[in-house]
Amino acid sequence: MKKWIAGAALAVAAMTGSVHAEGHGDYPERPIMMMVSYGAGGATDFQARIVTMTAGNEDALGMPVAIVNRPGAGGRVGWNWFATEADNDGYTLGAYNIPHFIAQSIEGGVSYSTDDFEPIANWGADPAVFVVGADSEFNSMADVIDYAKANPGGLTFSGAGLFVGHHIAALQLEKAAEVELAYIPNNAGGAGAMRAVIAGEVLGGVNNLSDAFRAQAAGNVKILGVFDLERNDFLPEVPTMMEQGYDIDNASVNFRGIMVPKGTPQEVIDHLAAVVPTMFENGRVQSRMEAGGSPMHVMTRDEVLDMWAARQETLEELLADL
Amino acid sequence: MDFLFYMGDVFTPINFGLLLLGTVGGLILGATPGLSPTMAVALLIPFTFKLEPQQGLILLGAAYTSTVAGGAVSAILLKIPGAPANIATTLDGHAMATKGEGAKALQLSFLASAVGGLFGVFLLIFLTPVLARWALAFGPSHLFWLAILGVTVIGTLDSSSVVKGLLSGCIGLWLATIGFDDIMGAQRFIFHPAVSGGINVIPALIGLFAIPQVITMLTKGRTGSNAEIITVKRHPIRLAFLEVIRRKTALIIGTITGSIIGLIPGVGGQIAGLVAYDQSKKFSKESEKFGTGHSEGVIAAESANNAMVGPSLVPLLTLSIPGSPTAAVLLGGLLIHGIFPGPDLFMNYPQVAWTFIDSMLIGQILMCVFGLFIAGLAARVARVPHAVMAAIVLGLAVFGSYSVQNSMGDVYVMASLGLGMYFLERFGFSAAPLVLGLILGPIAEANFIQGSMIANATVGTGTYFFTGWLNWALIGIVLVSVSYSIWMEIAQRRYTTKEEAVAKEEAVS
Repeated sequence: MKKWIAGAALAVAAMTGSVHAEGHGDYPERPIMMMVSYGAGGATDFQARIVTMTAGNEDALGMPVAIVNRPGAGGRVGWNWFATEADNDGYTLGAYNIPHFIAQSIEGGVSYSTDDFEPIANWGADPAVFVVGADSEFNSMADVIDYAKANPGGLTFSGAGLFVGHHIAALQLEKAAEVELAYIPNNAGGAGAMRAVIAGEVLGGVNNLSDAFRAQAAGNVKILGVFDLERNDFLPEVPTMMEQGYDIDNASVNFRGIMVPKGTPQEVIDHLAAVVPTMFENGRVQSRMEAGGSPMHVMTRDEVLDMWAARQETLEELLADL
Repeated sequence: MDFLFYMGDVFTPINFGLLLLGTVGGLILGATPGLSPTMAVALLIPFTFKLEPQQGLILLGAAYTSTVAGGAVSAILLKIPGAPANIATTLDGHAMATKGEGAKALQLSFLASAVGGLFGVFLLIFLTPVLARWALAFGPSHLFWLAILGVTVIGTLDSSSVVKGLLSGCIGLWLATIGFDDIMGAQRFIFHPAVSGGINVIPALIGLFAIPQVITMLTKGRTGSNAEIITVKRHPIRLAFLEVIRRKTALIIGTITGSIIGLIPGVGGQIAGLVAYDQSKKFSKESEKFGTGHSEGVIAAESANNAMVGPSLVPLLTLSIPGSPTAAVLLGGLLIHGIFPGPDLFMNYPQVAWTFIDSMLIGQILMCVFGLFIAGLAARVARVPHAVMAAIVLGLAVFGSYSVQNSMGDVYVMASLGLGMYFLERFGFSAAPLVLGLILGPIAEANFIQGSMIANATVGTGTYFFTGWLNWALIGIVLVSVSYSIWMEIAQRRYTTKEEAVAKEEAVS
């Protein structure tokens, strides 16, 4: 018996040894896990499932990607786990949401920052938009700001919470228009914030373009402006904030993509960085994403690294005033 | 009558096969502690990738309906609610099971579920446009008062004394504050990384109900040499039908309460069963029998939690706003297939929308048939020896808590809350008010903060929370509920001797 155990132990040691000896040439040789720090069925979750559905193809990673949800505290629980406990062997990927995790790391109380993660590629960009109820008297951002100037602090508008894209957009609007607004963070996320607008509990709201697009199609809201540098393909008729005279960039755009923990072998990162963007470009993925009303924006690792650094700087400046 | 026109689509071989699969699978998933309806639907979504939109929705709808009802099985036989919706079912359901009426309790619960569920789906079919406006009427101030109404239930719920009920409710409210707060993101009582996301309701629920049961089973297992196994008397289904018809007050109260509460976004089915249970207790002529294995308790609770399923989809299907966590997951399932719910859903995709609703209708009936069949098998579950049962339940408890967020932290939370609850039960406290506090705490808090933020920016706190007919109506119900409880307490005190109170308390522990 003892011999048998010793033999087994040796065999295991030999197996693990050979993996290390060979390096990562065969990566990946087993299915990969991807952590999503929001609940199943949410926008991040369902987009993550779509963009990874072709991972098993021969021309992609050749191994399927399984989604594991670790929701809680606006994503903090999942990212805390990813930064401190996740294996950095390349078999544990994570989905990131910008500006959420950067804003949270600046706010403090979490054990991650941009230095703890290595981006792989970006798949989506969902800009924030300003919405008002379908029967609202506001028809442009100028109307909204005029009201806010006449009633300082009296313009109530909803968003998905504090230190998320919507909150950043709200802060930018306040700064650019030089008015005092009443941002009401909702505990039920973007859906709850949208409900508050449709029900008339608040005068307006910041929400995701993809959700607002659906709500507008349903005749429930009007979209007055996009918090992005350019107009969006889904809403070509809606002007950006910049066009309406407010100096607001794309700092609040909700970028979604894939990252790995710090310490993952460089060969693995390089392999993923080369393959994953082509996976996002897959025709089936693209058509599913478009059908779901989710704007895609594929970016390579280098582009994402620049974007992260730029966000870090903008957000530090913006949140310093809080 | 569009829904009749598309009824045939439900019965095509593939669709009906998926409906059967969803129903049977849902019943099994629902009966497993920890697999709540939300989880079950989320687990099934990847499978719908390969299906037609219509077929995928049939599977999801059937699973949603039957997991809610399936939760009653473990609630009755093991006193472990499969999901928050089934908490109220444990109160009388398990008491009935210990009296040997497990099969009867299960039959009643499935019949009541079917009646409530059918009513809920018919509401969805006929009154959706009217109800949609209702769903929007509840703003932060109203949800706050609704949560307060829930708190008034705490004191009278399954406890030998009001004070102990309120105390355990307060423990629940405190547990609810742990973690990052919902709105401001402030950190509260995070003494261990396992609780940084707050106390999740599902692991807490499993721990609070299952662990004390396991410990009790283990302590009894040795001494009684399996003498205390629950016996299950056979109970003809015909008698169960008659019983449900005879208890029509409970059935009506359960169905109506469930439908109304299901409609309100954000509150969901978690408290529908408990509020219905409390209301039917107050209206019943035999209110003193509640908690001792009274059939009205089971009927009210189960008809309510299934009645909530149909209306909870109203905001989703008409306004594209998910009203409950499960509806949010369903929205994801719809979007994957490129279907945007909204007022024109029934115009653009009538076949998908109506087949989905029809399949929920048929699903309710299938669920009832299979449920009644399961009730017949109940005897076998109850014949398992205590020691084996304890091991199985413990295994399920660990598995269920872990699977919610794939987190070992949740297992620790489950174990420590369960251990604490075992001792609290010894002192006459009960788990139901504690869980209710845990559920209501965040609803009341978040809506109060949101409401006061809106109020400060506009009309002022007093006006915001105390004017408007809906606020007045809710405050009125709260006052009536409180004064009724006080009056009952005083009236009972006059006739209850100390010995009776002690005896009742010992029976509970």
